[in-house]
Order: sequence, then structure tokens, then C-alpha cells
Amino acid sequence: MIPWCAAAAIALCAAGLYVGFFVAPTDATQGESYRIIFIHVPAAWMSMFLYLVLAFWAGVGLALNTRLSAMMASAIAPTGAVMTFVALWSGALWGRPTWGTYWVWDARLTSELILLFLYFGFMALQAAIDDPRRADKAGAVLALVGVVNVPIIYFSVKWWNTLHQGASVSLTKAPTMAATMLAGMILMALAFWMYAVAVTLVRVRAIILERERRSDWIKELAPGA
Amino acid sequence: MIGTVAAVVRRDLLLAFRQRADVANTLLFFVVVVTMVPLGVGAEPNLLRAIAPGVVWVAALLAAILSLNRLFAADFADGTLEQMLISAEPLPLIVLGKTAAHWLVTGLPVTAMSVVLGVMFDLGAEATATLAAALALGTPVLSLVGAVGAALTLGLRGGGVLVSLLVLPLYVPVLILGAGSVEAVAAGLGAAPYLLLLGALALFALVLTPWAVSAALRISVE
Amino acid sequence: MLEARDLECTRGERVLFSALALRVEPGTLLRVAGPNGTGKTSLLRMLCGLLQPTQGEVRWREKPIRLLKEEYWAALAYVGHLNGVKDDLTAAENLRASAGIAGLDADEGTVRGALDAVGLAGFEDSLARFLSQGQKRRIALARLHLSGAVPLWILDEPFTALDARGVAELSALVARQLAGGGIVVLTTHQEVPVAAVRAATVELGREREPRS
Repeated sequence: MIPWCAAAAIALCAAGLYVGFFVAPTDATQGESYRIIFIHVPAAWMSMFLYLVLAFWAGVGLALNTRLSAMMASAIAPTGAVMTFVALWSGALWGRPTWGTYWVWDARLTSELILLFLYFGFMALQAAIDDPRRADKAGAVLALVGVVNVPIIYFSVKWWNTLHQGASVSLTKAPTMAATMLAGMILMALAFWMYAVAVTLVRVRAIILERERRSDWIKELAPGA
Repeated sequence: MIGTVAAVVRRDLLLAFRQRADVANTLLFFVVVVTMVPLGVGAEPNLLRAIAPGVVWVAALLAAILSLNRLFAADFADGTLEQMLISAEPLPLIVLGKTAAHWLVTGLPVTAMSVVLGVMFDLGAEATATLAAALALGTPVLSLVGAVGAALTLGLRGGGVLVSLLVLPLYVPVLILGAGSVEAVAAGLGAAPYLLLLGALALFALVLTPWAVSAALRISVE
Repeated sequence: MLEARDLECTRGERVLFSALALRVEPGTLLRVAGPNGTGKTSLLRMLCGLLQPTQGEVRWREKPIRLLKEEYWAALAYVGHLNGVKDDLTAAENLRASAGIAGLDADEGTVRGALDAVGLAGFEDSLARFLSQGQKRRIALARLHLSGAVPLWILDEPFTALDARGVAELSALVARQLAGGGIVVLTTHQEVPVAAVRAATVELGREREPRS
């Protein structure tokens, strides 16, 4: 499944970039720079969605005591953090030509940054614990507490933002979006999806091999190990 | 059941009283951090008045974080925590008792001290009262949510820094609502919606976090 | 009746013991023996429900303790190798706090009586930091006097730091618990000086089933 997803990711990414850069029309107000959207928006979608998936697997792992789901959660975290980082980075690059500044304390940007901190916290906690069983369970509790908090954080940041109207820049995009733009974005979103699945599966395979290196079935697979 | 909570609160308060220097240090830290800010940004009264709520709240967050390791570490080290985990009473109740005691010796003094700081920053009577009210509602959330972080990082190396990394992002809503309430008063708007939301957060945390803390403690003590 | 089925304990990557089964009837003393590092404390913590076994389960009166939780813990008194005694509380305050945490009712008279029974009369109001190791151990053991009606005692190295008289007194206490139909599980490096009618030993580190 991994090669299939990887291949799909590459193909979709190529198609998405092609549509995004060559087919989609130039934006009337923002010119060519808006094309960052094809990276930025899918990354932002994935960053939030992956945290939900992470919390889901963590919850399943905690409730049913299945080791694989906890491993899935730990495998997703780095990908989610990368997506969050890409979303922030591309957003900054996009912000420079559009708003004249790399960073504004906008509600979405700020909550995305806090989401990045949540990913880092999850990974830092797991890294600090030596016993994998404890790391899985402690991470799961943290992820669940985090996922309950994410909407509260989002709304409070939004509210904070409306209070500080001075710095706010409206992030809402052009009201009507050309069909090709949408197509490019959806292609890119699918590409990121496939990338996330492929990378997560590779990572979970590595985690399984590392944890089970004492067990018999791995010794049979790789007698030299 | 109430008896257990009361017994835990009584024990922790007695311990805090016997180690009162530690408790005083947290409060002192809070005041010193707030005092540093005018020295850093200048003594312009209007600027200070504008940033005072945020400064006081950030200092309150830091003071809460610093005091978190007192919550379970000592009980973990001397074996009392094991006895709590195998109590015939539900663990979330014991956690609630411990968190309540923690709030009484950290959140409550910070709240009281904020009145003095409000005067120092020349906030005016109404804004100062709002600041104190917001802290009174918000600091229990800091203790409750912080307890989750403290329980998760129990016995880990670098636990102090790690707990800040885990807990500070979760403190964001309290910080925004708490500081926002005072700014709303300063802007001539009512603080009521902020305080109500803070109260809602406090209730929400009161109901949910003891279970999360209990789960985390069972994982960490294993 | 306390029962363990197919217990396995791993620490890090080392398997301390596996396929361990035991069955302790009321009135029985179970001694857990074995060299250091063979998992004696881990086994006791598993029997307490503090440590989840990697395999198998512990059952109390035919039900898994994982499900019984507080109901099981109400039937259990555990003295670990840590005393759970606060240096900044007096002996009496320590014992009263322990009772409160355990959910036991203990009035002033009961607490003083228990301290008296472990030979701490006259030290009730001394801060624990000024007491010796043996005396702190006695505060922890005084909990057993409050838990008289509790059927299951699990004691991790209860005789350490005690003097000859303390050992004799504790042995008598354990014997009384056994005579009353209770179960006592303990680890010790010494020969158990308890006159028990029914006794069994689990030897860890040798992969052996309990013999009685």
C-alpha cells in the first residue's frame, strides 16, 4: 500500500501543481502570488485534520488497549507538525506580497501556531518517556485533552482577534473562485492526503519493527538482525 | 466522599503551612515578574495601563506553572501517591481535593495580590475589581488544567520545562478571556460576557480534568 | 480469595517473570521470595492493581480486580517499600491523613491507639522528620491497625528497619490477621518469623509454581 500511496501522492501533486501554476487564471487583485494557496490551504486542512485523526487513534488505543493504534498516533504526529509548519511558512510567504508583512496576529495564524505547539508538546512528552507503553498512554491522554481544547482555543483566539481590531487583516479569499483554482486545490489536497498516509505507514512500520525487535516473527523475517 | 476531599484538602493545607516559605515564594515570583515589566518597557502610565492586564495574567500563568511540580511530586517520591491510587474512594475526588488545596495556596493569593498590582498600574477601581474577579474565576482553571500536565510529566527528566510546553498552549483561552475582560472594561464595554465564559470554562474544567488527571496518574505511577 | 493467572511482567525489554499463577485462600500467608531484581515488588504492585500486567490478570473473589477497582481496594491494605510518611507532619497527623486518603474513619482515639500499638506512644506529636527510619516504618505499619477489618494485606519488606521487638510485634499482628481469616502477602529477605498455619511461597527468578 505504501508504494501505491507514494506514487499517487507524486502523481496528484504533479497534476495539482500543473493545474495550479499553468491552468488556473491569474488572480485579479493578487496577481501571481495567490498561487501559494495551492500549497497553503491543503497543508492547513491537513494540519487540523491530522490532529483529529491522531486524537482518534489515541482514544482508541486508550479505550481498547490496542498497541497498533497508539503507534499510529505517534506516527501521525510528525507529519501533522510538518503540515502545520508548511501552512505557517507558506502563509508567511504569501502574507509578504499580499499584506506587506510576513506575520500578522490573525486568529487563524495564531491558532495554527498554537496547534503547532500542541503537536510539539505531544512529541516532546513521548520523547521524554522511556517506557513505550507509558509513552503511548500518556500521549493519548494529552492528545484527548488537546482535542477538547482545540475548538475552545480557536474560538477564544477568534474573539481575541475581534477585540484587537487594529491589527486584523481579512483573510477571506476572493468571493468566487474559478473552477480550475478549486480543482487545483482539491488535487493538491488529495496529494497531501496520500503523502500523509504513505509517510505515516512508513513510520508506523519502523516503530513496529523497533518495538518488536525481540519477538520471534521479526527474527524469522530477518535472521541476521 | 466529602470527607475524603476534606481530609485531602486539610492535609495539603497543613503541609503548605509547614512549608510556608515555598508558598510565599510563588507569590513573590508573581509580584517580581510583574514589577520587571515597567523596568523593561518604560514608566509611561498610559502604556502601562494598556498592558497591565496582559502582564498580570502572563505572570499568573507563569506562577501557576512554576508551582505545579509541588502538586504531585512530593507524594510521588514518598509513596503517598500509591496509597491514593489504591484508595477505596474514587481517585478523581482525591485529585479534586489536591487541586483545590493547590488553588488555595497559589491562585487565591495571586488573586488577592492583583488588587495591589491594579493600584500600582493605576487601573482604576472598576478595572481592578474586574481583574480580581477574572483571576478568581480563571486561576482554578490554571490549577485544574495544570494538574493534567503535572500528572503526565511526573518523574520525567526535564519535567519542569516539559510541563510548560504541554500546559501553556492549553492556557490560551483563559489568558485571552481573563486579560480581555479588563480591556473590555477599559474600553467602556461590559466585562460580563468574559467573566461568564471564564466561569463556564472553570465549570467545564472542574468536571472533566479530575478524570484526565486520574488517568494520567495511573499511567505515570505504573 | 486472591488469584493470579498467567501473569507476565516486563520491565523495559526484560521479561521479569511470565506464566505466573497463584491462588491464595483465606487464612494463608504467601511469601514472595527471590533474589534482587526478580520482580518481587513488581508482583506485589500488580497484585495491588498499581501495575498493569503485560499478560494475564489478577482476580479477587473470582472477579478481575481491573473491573472491581475501588471495591477491591476497600478490601486491601498495602504497605510499600516507601512509607508514605510526610516529614512535615507529626506521627498522629500522618496516620490521620493516611486514613483520610484510604477512606477509613479514624477518630483521635483510634489513631493514638494504633500508634501506641506500634510502640510510638509518646511520639504522637513529634514531627516525622525527627523520628528514626524504624519509627517512620512503624507509622506506616500503624495503618494496619486501622485496617483491622480489611481482609487482604500486601506488605513489601515490612521487617526492614525494625528492631527485634518491632519484628516480633509485627509477626504477632500478621498471625492475628491470618487467624482471623485474612490473607497476607509479603516479601522479605529474612526467614518469616510468623507462626502461620497455612503458608505458601512463590520463588521468583526460578520459574517455579507456588508450593504450599
